[in-house]
Amino acid sequence: MSTLKPWIKRLNPLVESLMAGLIGLVIGALIMLAFGYNPIAAYISLFSGSFGSVYSWAESLANATPLILTAMTFAIAMRGGLFNIGAEGQLYIGALAAVAVSLIDLPFPLNAVAALGAAIVAGMLWSLPVALLKLTRGVHEVISTIMFNWIAHFFAFYLIANVLTDPKRGEKTISIIESARLARILPGTSLNYGLVIALIAVAAILFLLWRTSAGFEMRASGYNQEATHYAGISLRKQVLRVFLIGGAIAGLAGAVQVMGRPPTYAVMSGLPQLMNLGFDGIGVAMIGRNHPVGIVFAAIFFGGLMVGGRIMQFSPGVPLELVRVVEGVIIITLAIPELRRLFTFFLAKFRRGA
Amino acid sequence: MELAHIWGILFISLHAMVPITLAAIGETIEESAGLFNIGLEGILLLGALAGAIGAEASGSATMGLMAGIATGGLIGLLFGVLSTTLRGSQLITGVGINMFALGFVALMLTLLGAPGFHSVPRAVQVPLIPLGIGNLSPMVLVTVFLAVAVWWVLRRTQLGLWIRAVGENPAAADVAGLRVNTLRLGTAIAAGMLAGLAGAYLSVDWFGAVTKEITAGRGFIALATVVFSGLNPLLALLGGFIFGLFDGLATWISTYPAIKKIIPWQFVAMAPYIITLLVVAGAIGRVRFPKGLGVPYLRE
Repeated sequence: MSTLKPWIKRLNPLVESLMAGLIGLVIGALIMLAFGYNPIAAYISLFSGSFGSVYSWAESLANATPLILTAMTFAIAMRGGLFNIGAEGQLYIGALAAVAVSLIDLPFPLNAVAALGAAIVAGMLWSLPVALLKLTRGVHEVISTIMFNWIAHFFAFYLIANVLTDPKRGEKTISIIESARLARILPGTSLNYGLVIALIAVAAILFLLWRTSAGFEMRASGYNQEATHYAGISLRKQVLRVFLIGGAIAGLAGAVQVMGRPPTYAVMSGLPQLMNLGFDGIGVAMIGRNHPVGIVFAAIFFGGLMVGGRIMQFSPGVPLELVRVVEGVIIITLAIPELRRLFTFFLAKFRRGA
Repeated sequence: MELAHIWGILFISLHAMVPITLAAIGETIEESAGLFNIGLEGILLLGALAGAIGAEASGSATMGLMAGIATGGLIGLLFGVLSTTLRGSQLITGVGINMFALGFVALMLTLLGAPGFHSVPRAVQVPLIPLGIGNLSPMVLVTVFLAVAVWWVLRRTQLGLWIRAVGENPAAADVAGLRVNTLRLGTAIAAGMLAGLAGAYLSVDWFGAVTKEITAGRGFIALATVVFSGLNPLLALLGGFIFGLFDGLATWISTYPAIKKIIPWQFVAMAPYIITLLVVAGAIGRVRFPKGLGVPYLRE
């Protein structure tokens, strides 16, 4: 490996993500074969459905929008050496906070800004106890974030059914006021200016992590907590930063989803348009190697899988859920460090054997 | 409250205790050896599916439970190999297992003909023991027995000492001639089998059905129970019962319209998760975990 040029080495993460994606698709194909489907027809349908036309590109980008944000929640924590899987719950709370702003009658630019702001604050507030429980009581964030996700789940059910209910249609909340909705970028598609908001957040996080001292401290504590501690960087501050910024971005993801996605602009009972966006964000962050730019591409890939999965379900009839199986396999594969090295190792063994 | 109600809540609590305690004592075994598997939730889900399919295919509830154990063991093996020989990240592998399970179970439910829900015929469910005051699942007794057995193995046998040694100080254990990765792999398989059994219990015994949401965070509550118990399987029994009690109370209250008017059902449904948080926050401080927990062992 030492013979590799440095610039090729820098591409290692990309190669590994592509390999993991390939392994995921191959295992997905094997499962399809086992159940008598034609995997080639399924994948042609999947990828032409996700990236085959301007319309499908727009839909894939629209699906990628919230994933870019929830993935960054996870990625920031990983950069800081923490494992935040709480985006799911923070997203629900953010979406409902944005809806709640529509109860007040505000003029145009103010209402949209207030809805986004409310979602950000709500996401931070939902995330804060996780940080406090970790700092004061040493509760591992894996346990506390999952518990808060479930509490958010039922709290959202309560708000939809009792507080923010649409007086005419009981199965949804009131809709975001028309003037506060995010405009569509491409008429006739779901693609809206939420994508621009997500990309601004990407730029902000890039700047924060690599151009500010706060970002340097976060990344340093992710590399080596003890050394950072001795260097005089407060770990308490890192934990608070990671969870508050993460909560803000996840809350924003919920707001963007409910303010930008046609047709209802409301949270439906059972949370169908929010469910699993937080968890899928973990997968996106993994494939994007916890880098904001990588995350954008990985989110478009996942968004495409969601859109194409529906086409695949229609045409060769492979259930949509297969997509999540593929995603799971990709993540398990990416857990292996130095995946590429492992591959060349097996290849060498195979050649010697042959 | 009438006496019958108290018996009712007690039985629901005992039945709700089973999956949490089974998964928790499995996790206790592998955490003692230094492995931290947050994929329990996924293993429970896959175990529930395997249990239902196994029971129906064979016409026997016991075979269903066995299918759950086998599936759990297989996933445990996968987790074990990834986190020992391949030195993978345990947290990420766990997340991957959870996501894979969610997709795979939803996929299978669709392929079985009814998306989202599949009920297990009563004839192949675990028969309950009629006690006059209520019907008790024999799995409650199995769980108590397994908790005691695991406690005995971990605290009173040579094998238990080895397991705890590779969790506490893998390098020293290696020098002393123990095979660190083999022992860890073994505990991962055992933990997977117990979680698989817990999952099969959900479908073949307690609920008599499989859904995508059947586990409802129980795998994570089991992780919290391990923290609460401080790696003591006997306390995992108590922890499982406490969480089961609140689960049971939530189920019981949801059948009484009078109470539902005062407390909305959504708040009752939140209770087990809030209690879990409070109990874990209260338990930490007195609990000490193995030094090698979550770190892959690399021979220098």
